[in-house]
Amino acid sequence: MSAPRTVSRTPPARSGPPDAAGSPAKEPPRRPGPRRRRGAWWFTPWLYLLAPLVLLVVFTWLPVVNMFGYSFTDWDGISPTRNWVGLENYTDLFTRPQLFQVFWVSLFYLGASVVQICAALYFATVLSFNTRLRNLFKGLLFFPYLINGVAVGFVFLYFFQPGGTLDTVLGWFGAGPHLWLGDPHLVNTSLAGVSVWRFMGVNMVLFIGAIQSVPPQLYEAAALDGASRWQQFRHVIAPSIRPIISLSVILAISGSLSVFEIPFIMTGGSNNSETFVIQTIKLAFNFNKTGLASAAAMVLLAIVLVVTWFQRLLFPDERVEQS
Amino acid sequence: MRRTALAATGVVLAMALAACGGGSGGGASAGAAKVPGDPSKVTGTITVLTNRTDQVQDGTAKRYAAAFNKIYPRVRVKFQGLTDYEGDVRIRLNSKNYGDVLSIPNSVPLKQYPTFFAPLGTSSDLSKTYDFTDHATVGGNVYGIANIGTANGFVYNKAVWKQAGITDWPTTPQQFIDDLKAIKAKTAATPYYTNYHDGWPLTNWGNALGSPSCDPAANDKLADTKEPWAPGQDLNTVDTLLYGIVHDKLSEADPNTTNWENSKALIGTGKVGAMWLGSWAVVQMQDAAKKAGKNADDIGFMPFPTQKDGHFCSVVRPDYQYAVNVHSRNKPAARAWIDWFINRSGDAQATLSISSVKGSALPADLKPFQDAGVKFVPMAYGKTAAVDEIDKASEIGLNNQDYPQHIVDVARGAAGGDIDGIFKDLNKKWSDAQGTVG
Repeated sequence: MSAPRTVSRTPPARSGPPDAAGSPAKEPPRRPGPRRRRGAWWFTPWLYLLAPLVLLVVFTWLPVVNMFGYSFTDWDGISPTRNWVGLENYTDLFTRPQLFQVFWVSLFYLGASVVQICAALYFATVLSFNTRLRNLFKGLLFFPYLINGVAVGFVFLYFFQPGGTLDTVLGWFGAGPHLWLGDPHLVNTSLAGVSVWRFMGVNMVLFIGAIQSVPPQLYEAAALDGASRWQQFRHVIAPSIRPIISLSVILAISGSLSVFEIPFIMTGGSNNSETFVIQTIKLAFNFNKTGLASAAAMVLLAIVLVVTWFQRLLFPDERVEQS
Repeated sequence: MRRTALAATGVVLAMALAACGGGSGGGASAGAAKVPGDPSKVTGTITVLTNRTDQVQDGTAKRYAAAFNKIYPRVRVKFQGLTDYEGDVRIRLNSKNYGDVLSIPNSVPLKQYPTFFAPLGTSSDLSKTYDFTDHATVGGNVYGIANIGTANGFVYNKAVWKQAGITDWPTTPQQFIDDLKAIKAKTAATPYYTNYHDGWPLTNWGNALGSPSCDPAANDKLADTKEPWAPGQDLNTVDTLLYGIVHDKLSEADPNTTNWENSKALIGTGKVGAMWLGSWAVVQMQDAAKKAGKNADDIGFMPFPTQKDGHFCSVVRPDYQYAVNVHSRNKPAARAWIDWFINRSGDAQATLSISSVKGSALPADLKPFQDAGVKFVPMAYGKTAAVDEIDKASEIGLNNQDYPQHIVDVARGAAGGDIDGIFKDLNKKWSDAQGTVG
């Protein structure tokens, strides 16, 4: 356990004047005022934004608008013609409560995101201090996020196979084999475990970033007052990075509601593991009900938006003052 | 492979952008694409979309194109092998750019064929030469011709069955299950392998429809049957067998981790007793056995374990049917390719499949069927459009994997309910959907 004052982060910027010796004398010494070049090149920043904006509009906004349109039609996804059916798809959806039953699967992922955020917080805190091989561990923990989701799915298929890696390892400790994906009571836990493994790293990196912005004097002061590591975390770190934690929680909850690729690749939604998105995909592509599926997608979007809004209402984003 | 993927991605992107511009593909009804009379006058470049990526990669496709060029020297044939054939082509159908020759994706409803494909001739003409034309006939015109048909049955490992002391094909579902029990008791093999995880091999159970009743109209009858899962109906018999196999623990322990490629080696080396598949699979299993250093002759094929009037029946269904894009600029060349491929390429024989050309000899792997007097039942598809519509509306998905997967799940206790509950539910969905469909 190293003392808090050995926090090995870059110290805050020095308060003295910047070293100007190297800068060429031609540069005007004063900062250019905001009124400079009024009118000319006002759109320069927009030029930089052009590429991402075009991508965003073409691949996110237009499809969403299109989908909203489809949700009022009986389009089958193939036919060149489609008929306007008004709200029929939405009535159809809401008169079939079994379509919403699949949301209980999300609870598993919700539980998993609690585990994920706690683990990420723990590792972020530990790795922010002077731990041996700190950067190596950061890399190792972040690595799963860099792997393509399809690859992750396939790797874990072998991992969960009867007599596969997990069973072998558990066997060393005398635990019996389980049907990790075949057992309907275990399958969602197994899949949610894969999610935790995959996304914990990215949360950790977010938290590390936030923890690094906490002024080191606070730790020193806390250490002088005799605060333990847990107390430091509880009273210094956690309050300072609250906005990032609440952001992570929002992402985790909206993510849990719209889980898709891991269950889709690993089980195809069979054996109790069907999520709302998988169900929607099946409506659209197995049963040619693109209109109904679009409506389902709009409903999911609405649910996610409402949940997020509700969260913001419960936990408003306060500015954290760090002295 | 990578090039194909890249090209496909590029095309899909282009298509997505084009689709944004709006505009619906028109249903321009052009004249029938006839087989050209004089091969030397046919010109143009045609693109053939195919699911046979293996043939594109190992050069078989190129060899076919070269042989084709000997007769049609002025036609250039290009191939696009698509790994996810159904998914890719389905999206491309929204544009005009879906090759010149393509296999008709299963997701296109029959009544929309005229929107996407050029008529190849009248049904009365073509049905004299080819089998299965009624599967793609709309308003008297044929829109697709299959290259091959597939008989359905159990691929099994003869050595394993012999080891369990079974020499004759079972004649009733109960006997089949008893035989599997004997295999479980006397050999180390898993009696039956579902291929549950990959799903699509499991969908083949839907193709057993017609085997118990020996009725070529079994599919058409679904259009008017209120309860297709009532006792005595084909679907009841078939699904009860699947349920029974899994319920008696005669299939693999964890169906969620099955692996199609691996299953070939499993049956080839005698670790699995049987799988319900099409006759096309026999060649692949024999190859796998050979690769594993086992005897390829161990792989056999047996019909569905029911008999009618003292003989077995095996339903023969068409594989993908070849069609010409209605927007193609080179329809004569495209039609010439289809005609040549089905009649002259020898592809059906090379893959040990039943050629759809009437009067062709049966392939060698179906010789035992012939010897045992198995009756081949070619399915009639007069009411496919109506059956499709009910199937989609009911969200049962006779040819989707969810339906057999659910039966397996219930059978092994992974989902609640029992077989009677499943049948009751399916019957209700089916008759409800019949009411909503015109």
